[in-house]
Amino acid sequence: MSELSAQAPRGPIGKIIDSDIFYSYRTSPVAIVASIVAVVLILAAVLAPWIAPYDPFNPRTLNLMDGFTKPMSESFSGNYFLMGADHQGRDVFSTILHGSRVSLFVGLSATLFSMTLGVGLGLVAGYRGGLADAVIMRVADVQLSFPAILIALLIFGVARGLIPPSQQENTALIVLVLAIGLANWAQFARTVRGATMVERQKDYVSAARIMGVNPFFILIRHILPNVVGPVLVIATIGLALAIIEEATLSYLGVGVPPTQPSLGTLIRIGQQFLFSGEWWILFFPGITLILLALSVNLLGDWLRDALNPRLR
Amino acid sequence: MLAFILKRLGQSILVMLAVAFISFMMFRYVGDPVASMVSQEATIADQELLRDRLGLNDPFYEQFFRFLGNAVQGQFGISYRLQTPVADLILSRLPATIELAFTSSAIALILGIVLGVFTALNPKNWASAAIMAFSLVGVSLPTFLIGIGLIYIFAVELQWLPSFGRGQVVNLGFWTTGFLTESGIRSIILPAITLSLFQMTLIMRLVRAEMLEVLRQDYIKFARARGLSKRAINFGHALKNTLVPVITITGLQLGSVIAFAIITETVFQWPGVGSLFINSVAVVDVPVMSAYLMFIAFVFVVINLIVDILYYIVDPRLRIGGPARGN
Amino acid sequence: MTQPLLSVRDLSVVFHLRRGDFTAVNSISFDIMPGEVLGVVGESGAGKSMTGTAIMGLVDRPGEVTAREILLKGERIDGLGEEAMRKIRGKRIGMVFQDPLTSLNPLYTVGEQLIETIRRHLPLSAAQARQRAIDLLADAGIPKPEERIDSYPHQFSGGMRQRVVISLALAAEPELVIADEPTSALDVSVQAQIIKVLKRLCAERGVAVMLITHDMGVIAEAADRMIVMNKGEIVETGSVADIILRPKEPYTIKLIEAIPSIKAQNPRFAAATARGEGFAADNIDTPLVSVENLVREFDLSPSMLARITGRNRKIVKAVNDVSFVIRKGQTYGLVGESGSGKSTCARMMVGLLEPTSGTVRLEGTDIWRDRNASAKRRSKIQMIFQDPYASLNPRWRVGAIIAEPMRALGISHNATEIGDRVADLLEKVRLDPAAMRKYPHEFSGGQRQRIAIARALSSQPEFIICDEPTSALDVSVQAQVLELMSQLQEEFGLTYLLISHNLAVIRQMADAVGVLHNGVLVEDGPVEDIFGAPQADYTRMLLDAVPDIAKVA
Repeated sequence: MSELSAQAPRGPIGKIIDSDIFYSYRTSPVAIVASIVAVVLILAAVLAPWIAPYDPFNPRTLNLMDGFTKPMSESFSGNYFLMGADHQGRDVFSTILHGSRVSLFVGLSATLFSMTLGVGLGLVAGYRGGLADAVIMRVADVQLSFPAILIALLIFGVARGLIPPSQQENTALIVLVLAIGLANWAQFARTVRGATMVERQKDYVSAARIMGVNPFFILIRHILPNVVGPVLVIATIGLALAIIEEATLSYLGVGVPPTQPSLGTLIRIGQQFLFSGEWWILFFPGITLILLALSVNLLGDWLRDALNPRLR
Repeated sequence: MLAFILKRLGQSILVMLAVAFISFMMFRYVGDPVASMVSQEATIADQELLRDRLGLNDPFYEQFFRFLGNAVQGQFGISYRLQTPVADLILSRLPATIELAFTSSAIALILGIVLGVFTALNPKNWASAAIMAFSLVGVSLPTFLIGIGLIYIFAVELQWLPSFGRGQVVNLGFWTTGFLTESGIRSIILPAITLSLFQMTLIMRLVRAEMLEVLRQDYIKFARARGLSKRAINFGHALKNTLVPVITITGLQLGSVIAFAIITETVFQWPGVGSLFINSVAVVDVPVMSAYLMFIAFVFVVINLIVDILYYIVDPRLRIGGPARGN
Repeated sequence: MTQPLLSVRDLSVVFHLRRGDFTAVNSISFDIMPGEVLGVVGESGAGKSMTGTAIMGLVDRPGEVTAREILLKGERIDGLGEEAMRKIRGKRIGMVFQDPLTSLNPLYTVGEQLIETIRRHLPLSAAQARQRAIDLLADAGIPKPEERIDSYPHQFSGGMRQRVVISLALAAEPELVIADEPTSALDVSVQAQIIKVLKRLCAERGVAVMLITHDMGVIAEAADRMIVMNKGEIVETGSVADIILRPKEPYTIKLIEAIPSIKAQNPRFAAATARGEGFAADNIDTPLVSVENLVREFDLSPSMLARITGRNRKIVKAVNDVSFVIRKGQTYGLVGESGSGKSTCARMMVGLLEPTSGTVRLEGTDIWRDRNASAKRRSKIQMIFQDPYASLNPRWRVGAIIAEPMRALGISHNATEIGDRVADLLEKVRLDPAAMRKYPHEFSGGQRQRIAIARALSSQPEFIICDEPTSALDVSVQAQVLELMSQLQEEFGLTYLLISHNLAVIRQMADAVGVLHNGVLVEDGPVEDIFGAPQADYTRMLLDAVPDIAKVA
């Protein structure tokens, strides 16, 4: 086999293009399509203030007479609405762009939070073992047996009880991020702990211990780089989950404040008009949410297979 | 066996105590129990009097033990919102949730295992690829969107099935059931499918992954080398070994169906415990929230116990000790 | 001439991989005669296991098997359909795998697995099949088979489990058994018994055996004829005695030279005796390392409760009152089977595991209890591990790996100085200094072990603990690594503790030897005393049991 790998190109870019993971990407049409969809949706969300044709939250530019304009048609006041308008005459396309922005912000922040917490606790539990491990993993186990959405709801409810009503609107997004983040840390912790326990047994860690390298450095410089793969996979799938959880909470009416509607809020609003035939108010936000969650999930699924040495 | 169950029971009680503690902290410190019970005009002195009468000035541990004692007797206080005992509220709504959870669990379990085994045994088959793709869509679709979609197709457009509620129910005294009337059965179809879809895809993917793992094991290769039939290998050896780890996770998944029902119940306006909870969270009705938490934890602990016992029965390595000595 | 039982012509196994095809077996042809034991020997990657798997039709994608023909008693069995193959597997060709721990389904009793196989292939009733299963277990030397038949695999020890696996392979009276490394996962003493059982059972039934192994000693003891394979091809075929005593091909000659024999005297002892001097191990110097009454207990109590209350407490003494001394500049060999406590000893001596009682002294300093002992220990003791794949962090460049002890111990922080030292060390272990910019996965097992040696040397230690340094390597690579270790010992005046289960390696390398059994040091002394005139029964048993090429008939 060594003769074969000797042909491998040199240079950092050549190495990336030649790497197994890039090969797996190149040969997976699903991964390519999913990544393109995800990038387009994310870019659109990030650039929402600049590319949205209308400002849906400025009451002065709204015209109630534009309400329920059908998709791809001109409204009463002469505006063109690609995806129609909702009951208040807001451009559905623009609300989706702004809504995805909120959804993505909450999803990304919550995932980052749960990743930091989970990876940290998982490393400690896996490396130290003993009581720290028992306590952390017991909590994680119990929490994992409840649906994340329930945990998030509880945290959200508690926070709402503790924060005075006047502050609730300002803190809503932070509470949401904390609630979703705290609901999802256990998956990271469990995986990282498992991987850490495997790595800890390996002799390169023994070698470092023999030299007296301090445990913190062993965790950060030796073990962490070796558990990054599974963490990336969980983070990707976790992002999709967090986006869905945020949408669900907002749909249930306990998520983002009405002044900053996310995709879930838009769907909640749209559902009221489903029975009367104004399908587009629900349909377009729904499709956007599905595309976002599905493309991120597909990427995570692909990444898991690509990083699994057995399937290579 | 007895020692094993006792040990598990001890652990379960510890978990229940921990959850009870969280419930108590919520019950006691989130919001002000007194403020929600007295009228707007009550004086500070009146409030203080009530505080004393409710025992809110007692030492912390006394309050906790009183809370525990009440909880064991099924008393969780009075709902701020509805002003009725929480226990009665939960009990009256329990049958709806249990029937929904039971029906969707059955769907999820049967379809999940069958499809999981099928896709593991035929990895290159086009039907497997389709099922796997469908399952990814399944985990990516938020439950509430599935529910809305089903309502739109089957209730609004086709008008085959009702879009909300339990239909007609029959009161059996201690239980109200929808299984005995036609409208009750028609009503449960859409919510049950909605609720089962997510669990089904999870169980299916889990069964598939475990089975593929088992099929890679040496004892499967050895079974092939012994010339056993495909049937004996796949269903005798591989499936049984797959089910050992699957039991645990599936059990827990099914436990979470009850909590997961929150969303489905909201979409379909199903009069269960979940929609009671979501209404309570919105107005911070703490007694209901903490009682619901205890209830879910109890369901979890019971299911966990059953799973452990099942595990014990299936896996001889737990039941019977190893050799007295090594090699 | 009789018709061969199995006749293989131009068998190839090709794996279609991303970077092109990889040929695991390249157009090989051979015959197995009825009732004979054919040994197939080769180093890793020789294609020997793949040959056995291919004959059974068990090669999975992306592997592809092609052959001009494979004949079993004159009938073609290559290219048969899956259903037709199932009638041959188990019924006409049985198979034994390497690892008895994983070959049996843990959820079924051994009886269920035996009866299932018997009834699949033979027209017997359930009761008859059960009786046959009991007979088979009895034949394989399992005591009380009537009771043991209803036990689960985990209730058997490794050796007993391998006997069950052999019974399973013979359950339907096959004409040929393919045994793929049947003893490699077992301890030496068990290994010898299993080979005897396999040989006896097959001889009694007239069953031919294809014995695949990397261990030439096993072949020498068990086989009639042998095939030497290398890189997917057959290098040499002939009778076992011919090949071992008079190898013809350069590859075979090199391979046989590389195998250390347990019968060969320690080279330094031999040289010293030839010069008429006393052997170095007899000199009484001050010891560099002394181990005094070392004990290590492990608490294997089933639960926390048992630990607290003391009921059902299960404390195992992994190392029990072990004492020995290691003299400066010498190699002390510690031998023992798995579970003998040799690795536990090493971990206590290097500072990874605290002893329950007893002391480890380095130049008189107690490395566990004296003040500042840990600094001394770290700067003077280093370790080389068994698995060169797990002992190097795959995410680090080789240069950083070798420099780690220098940085950790504060020997140098100057990047250029460290770079020069690393280059120097790489040359010392016969590797190109350019290797420092690469990652471990770009190297072979032997090269990785050299990198591990370079890392151990980088803090300029006096004492290196080598825990099975060559047991994950092929024999030819093992010879090179051992040679390198000897040269470095000369050059730097190093002292080694060499831990191994391989007695031949110990005899070749060590000046003094200790034999560990169940945590107890049963014997300890100069190498030729132990190997020439063993005192303890256990040592004698161990020496007898080792399969060795010198035992060729």
